[in-house]
Amino acid sequence: MRHKVAGWKLGRNTAHRRSLLRNLVTSLIVEERIETTIPKAKAMRPHVEKMITLGKRGDLAARRLAASYLMTDESVVKLFDTIAPRFGDRNGGYLRIVRTAWQKGDGAEKAFVELLGSEKVLDEKREKRAEARAKRVAEAKKAMEEAEAQAQTQAAPEAAEKQEEEK
Amino acid sequence: MPNPKRRHSQKRTSTRRAHDALSKHSLSECPNCHEKKMPHRACAKCGYYKGREVVEVEEAS
Repeated sequence: MRHKVAGWKLGRNTAHRRSLLRNLVTSLIVEERIETTIPKAKAMRPHVEKMITLGKRGDLAARRLAASYLMTDESVVKLFDTIAPRFGDRNGGYLRIVRTAWQKGDGAEKAFVELLGSEKVLDEKREKRAEARAKRVAEAKKAMEEAEAQAQTQAAPEAAEKQEEEK
Repeated sequence: MPNPKRRHSQKRTSTRRAHDALSKHSLSECPNCHEKKMPHRACAKCGYYKGREVVEVEEAS
């Protein structure tokens, strides 16, 4: 009896579910790490592993099969050239699912899904984000200071009068 | 339609509810920041899980 092995329906009809899973798998391959809910993470796992297995086969037929499932050509290239070689000596278990917090609104449990061995890429991405953030903050600070200085120099007499009136 | 024959005492209600209490979550300690955290999940305070930063936690500024 194959009871309780139906998998996940995710509240969608077949076409919708297939689209969702293809999108999730493509995103994961391109981004190396995505945030989603636990049931979606678990549902996408076998599909990602099948794609990586195709990537390890590496022949033209495998490439065409992968291209028929993945949404973008870019993701197929990345799968075959950079991701599949990483898992040469590993038979499955290519994903890491880390539970994080609960989603506001419906309370669904969320998780990060990442490809094993992508820590370096992810750390680099994180550093880039932090740098960009620091830059934005510095620029905003500078702009604010400049605006303040300008306002003070331009409207110094008026501002002083206003302040006195307010007092 | 069937109807209750007798008044339902407060004791009867509270006795029935004696077993309805919710239990507390068991929490584990985050090895990085030593805050309490849910087991098998990334720490909500510092974003670490298994010795590596997993989630970026925004600091309140």
